[in-house]
Amino acid sequence: MNAALSASDLKYGYRTNTVIEGFDLDVKPGEWLGIVGPNGSGKSTVLRMLARLIQPHHGTVAMYGECISGMSTKAIAKKLTMLSQTQEAALDITVRELVRRGRNPHLNWYEECRGEHEKVVDWALQSTKMTELQHRSLLALSGGERQRAWLAMCMAQSPEILLLDEPTTYLDIAHQLELMELIRGLNKEQSLTVVMVLHDLNQAARYCDRIVAIKDGAVVREGRPSEVFQPQFFREVFGIEAKIHDDDGIPFYLPCGIACEREG
Amino acid sequence: MTSLASKSNVQLIKDPRYIRNIGLLVGGIVLLLAAVLVGLMAGAISLPAAEVWTALVRDSDSEARQIVWNLRLPRVLTGMLAGACLATSGAFLQGVFRNPLADPGIIGVSSGGGLAAVVIMILFPAQIAYLPMAAFFGALGAAVVVYILAWKGGASPLRLILAGVAVNSLLGAGMTTLMILNSEKVQAVLPWMSGSLNGRSWPHFDALLPYTIVGGLASIFLIKQANLLVLGDDTAKVLGNRVETGRLLIILLSTFLAGAAISIVGMVGFVGLVVPHIVRLLAGGNYRILLPLSAIGGAALVVMADTAARSWFDPIEFPVGILLALLGAPFFLYLLRKGLGK
Repeated sequence: MNAALSASDLKYGYRTNTVIEGFDLDVKPGEWLGIVGPNGSGKSTVLRMLARLIQPHHGTVAMYGECISGMSTKAIAKKLTMLSQTQEAALDITVRELVRRGRNPHLNWYEECRGEHEKVVDWALQSTKMTELQHRSLLALSGGERQRAWLAMCMAQSPEILLLDEPTTYLDIAHQLELMELIRGLNKEQSLTVVMVLHDLNQAARYCDRIVAIKDGAVVREGRPSEVFQPQFFREVFGIEAKIHDDDGIPFYLPCGIACEREG
Repeated sequence: MTSLASKSNVQLIKDPRYIRNIGLLVGGIVLLLAAVLVGLMAGAISLPAAEVWTALVRDSDSEARQIVWNLRLPRVLTGMLAGACLATSGAFLQGVFRNPLADPGIIGVSSGGGLAAVVIMILFPAQIAYLPMAAFFGALGAAVVVYILAWKGGASPLRLILAGVAVNSLLGAGMTTLMILNSEKVQAVLPWMSGSLNGRSWPHFDALLPYTIVGGLASIFLIKQANLLVLGDDTAKVLGNRVETGRLLIILLSTFLAGAAISIVGMVGFVGLVVPHIVRLLAGGNYRILLPLSAIGGAALVVMADTAARSWFDPIEFPVGILLALLGAPFFLYLLRKGLGK
């Protein structure tokens, strides 16, 4: 079976500074994959290459076995979408209007979003619990609601793969969990493939099927959360001492201090 | 934050903007019609509405017919088209640049058109008939140069703005140099530089109309594109949009519209900046309503300002561009302060 997304031997760099080198990744259909790593490790760069927002200098990204560098932007957008950390803030449009724009990849240039497409919009609003807020302006929403509105736009694309770049960074803990639960629902019920860059390692362990840790532009650890969460992992990847605990089979860590022999 | 509405309530919540937007459109059209009517009535000789109507519908040799049909109507209509073109152009550019300060001047339209016009007026006064064409191609040329200078694997809004600033100051320096070296001819240039509808008549209207129609039709097809670009480059790409192509098309169309307008009425400023701004405050950021309302608003504003410019200061004819700047600048400062208060 083809991987939903696969990257092989990716390389990317700015001038002399190599951000990513020799990067391989396979994402199975329906899987929730978390990408973690310290600041500057190249997590976001990887995500942007997977969405073809930037072109790797070497290597290829394939979606269901087809190389995305040769696909049209629209063909990619029919199956893959991405939600970033922050969005254009000063937009005075209604939630519904934003979500309707998510239908763009499925419309011809002369077509408007109506009929069947409006039903998808209804569904996207419903699945992100935004139906009641659909006629509000984006300006009148709280941070958590706004992030859900943008997620609704992504869902209106009827994607098979959802990429997320630290979508919970600016949210309080309740809104973080609310968003994660929403995505869990979509992942389970729609068998949506999710690739998420995450800062909060405990959340990664709780929600992700598999964790990939990146350091200095390469994969250093990979596996189920319980396999990855070892004191050695925190020492090597993040340079911290951590205690690992278990909560009904889900591991979580407590940071205890900076590791002694920390490099760089 | 929101109370939990029951299912039946959810059905009742309709888009409140729909009604409001229809109201704004009707209001805009009424405002424009009123501006046109006042524009036909007011002037050195004021005519009552009934007389204006008679003069419009009945061909005669009367003085009223002369004034209304041959002087005021073409001038009002030319102002309408120019205002609509400039405001549409500004509305598009503010979206493409995702910058509320963008206007047709930002991509070199004013300075390119201005330099070309000054060259004709000062160096080749015999070729004055070609002034609109020169100004139009000057504007287009400057915008193309700005775009090429900004290109680096893509033309980001920031680089476009920076390239625009550089090209604008270069062309502006050229214009000033020409005027200083030929100071005796500057008198003829000044009204054009500040934008004026003085003496605009049917030939001017006939020249501008096809550009407005072509540009207006093209605008309709670019509404969807503009609505995607305002979401940000990354989001537009993720939604399957070809960002650079779309941005180039919108910049070309905006240049075309603004270039056509200034080639006929001179460098009328502030319409392209202020009108889309006000409309955005009233109607929100959806281009499907923002664009038509901006066009109507721009048309009404230029007609009103020109009517004021020629009747308030009678017997002096004030260039409409100066009046617009005099009224537009304080209003813009008011908007800025209001924005800061938020």
